[in-house]
Amino acid sequence: MTSIVSISGLTKTYGSGFEALKGVDLEIEEGEIIALLGPNGAGKTTLISTICGITSPTEGTVSVGGHDILNDFRGARDMIGLVPQEIALEPFNKVWNAVSFTRGLFGKPRDDAHIEQVLRQLSLWDKKDSQIMALSGGMKRRVLIAKALSHEPRVLFLDEPTAGVDVELRRDMWETVERLRAEGVTIILTTHYIEEAEAIADRVAVISQGRILLVEQKSALMKRMGRKELRVELIEPVDSLPESLAHHDLQIAEGGQVLRYAYETTGQGTGITGLLADLSAAGLQMRDLSTRQSTLEDIFVDLLRDGAEEPEAASTTTGSAASRDAVREGTA
Amino acid sequence: MNWRAVWAMYHYEMGRFFRTTAQSLFSPVLSTSLYFVVFGAAIGSRMEDVDGVSYGAFIVPGLIMLSVMTQAVSNASFGIYFPKFLGTIYEHLSAPVNFLEIVIGYVGAAATKSLAIGAIILVTSFFFVDVTIAHPLAMVGFLLLTCLSFSLLGFIIGIWAENFEQLQLVPLLVITPLVFLGGSFYSITMLPPVWQTISLFNPVVYLVSGFRWSFFGTGDVPVGWSLLAIAAFTGGCLWVIWWIFRTGWRIRQ
Ligand SMILES: Nc1ncnc2c1ncn2[C@@H]1O[C@H](COP(=O)(O)OP(=O)(O)OP(=O)(O)O)[C@@H](O)[C@H]1O
Ligand SMILES: [Mg+2]
Repeated sequence: MTSIVSISGLTKTYGSGFEALKGVDLEIEEGEIIALLGPNGAGKTTLISTICGITSPTEGTVSVGGHDILNDFRGARDMIGLVPQEIALEPFNKVWNAVSFTRGLFGKPRDDAHIEQVLRQLSLWDKKDSQIMALSGGMKRRVLIAKALSHEPRVLFLDEPTAGVDVELRRDMWETVERLRAEGVTIILTTHYIEEAEAIADRVAVISQGRILLVEQKSALMKRMGRKELRVELIEPVDSLPESLAHHDLQIAEGGQVLRYAYETTGQGTGITGLLADLSAAGLQMRDLSTRQSTLEDIFVDLLRDGAEEPEAASTTTGSAASRDAVREGTA
Repeated sequence: MNWRAVWAMYHYEMGRFFRTTAQSLFSPVLSTSLYFVVFGAAIGSRMEDVDGVSYGAFIVPGLIMLSVMTQAVSNASFGIYFPKFLGTIYEHLSAPVNFLEIVIGYVGAAATKSLAIGAIILVTSFFFVDVTIAHPLAMVGFLLLTCLSFSLLGFIIGIWAENFEQLQLVPLLVITPLVFLGGSFYSITMLPPVWQTISLFNPVVYLVSGFRWSFFGTGDVPVGWSLLAIAAFTGGCLWVIWWIFRTGWRIRQ
């Protein structure tokens, strides 16, 4: 795979002196969907804005499709569609005009058939002659998406596309993303919804305090970072554990009714066999057994907690791979 | 050059103008007609001719200039301030367009609008007074340059303004007084000598005078001075635009 967006050493210090990006390196592959996950103020919007030309970078380089965003901004921006986080539309304008305007602004010849197709895909066709102010919030967001798609971008940035959108529309949006991917469009989206990243992304980048903490294939991430938890429900509650079980890292929960055991699926041995044998040897009778896979959400929360605990570990590393190692050591 | 983008911005701005035709076209016509009634018919009948021109006709070039200047500034400043205010400027910043193209699109549209308003006022004036145009080409040239330079000025104000108050303050506090004291309704030779001297520091005097010269063949200052003034003013605005272009001032963080 070749990377279509290549970011190296990117920093951004706002006029106020605030350093919103502290050295970001990221390679985005052509045709993939990558989710940028991070808490409020992590720098997601700043990163996207800088790539798209809304803010200028302080240091570092970014190229899109091999075009440097500063020296060859036309080449780079030709390829980019942006759906901003904030809804920004002229209220008196009509949907059709708003979307056609963007196409013109990107220097593309008029193509009514394409605009029609985009509007239909986003279920906006029957609203094409409505004024923007007469639309609901979710529709306005779709107009923003229509604008971004009006000029046939190869790389699409979606800054929280599903914020304030109902469940049905969110599914629609995911389908749209899926269809675009099928057309070969590279998609970078930010989101607070971990289920969203889990549902549609190929890769996940976790960003916090202006640094990328981790970039990982979603599946690998889930597998490698994912821990499982065994939940043993007892018939008779226990107050304390018998001596013979002390070397197992067990936790008593729910008033002694439940024992919890966390293990790594990738470890040499999970220790489950021994545990179960020791449990029955100790005479504890089990009512039920269940296991639970940790979700991206758990991983995410872990990462952020570790990141906050070890700021010096993160600050000595610059590359995403290096900080990933630092983080992994932190969680191991 | 991304001419399609320039066209898109120009077309969009003109669309806004035509959506509000009542406000953008009829109101200048109405207010000019009122000026003619008040100054031309009511007061003008008691005024002596100025430089051999009836007072009603004398004020025509000044009235056109007055409207063109204020309209150019307000159209251009609002035109670029609005996307900033609404946040839709993100599109201009992320599109493959440079600042020059944005300037051509927005200033071009504002200049076109003010030119249209100037032309309409001129035509309206024919219904009220006898107007002759001694140097039609020069007249068009002055009008065009004024539309252009004041649209550039308005654009700069729109970029500079960070709120609506600022957007209206400069036109109100600077441009309106300069324009009113710029000899639209009088010849500065009517003023006491001190004020004549002071007036010579008002750039608008040169523009109005030059424009009036193109109608009646006489002006308050030699026409060469007028040409120089408008050239300097346009050049100054272009320089500021260039500087904004270089630094991204108030546009790109
Ligand atoms: N124009 C600005 N001037 C100064 N600081 C800014 C500016 N824009 C953003 N910041 C700061 O930069 C940091 C990152 O902001 P950014 O908008 O990139 O966060 P985000 O990850 O998109 O957050 P959210 O999830 O809330 O959208 C924040 O601390 C914010 O206060
Ligand atoms: Mg954001």
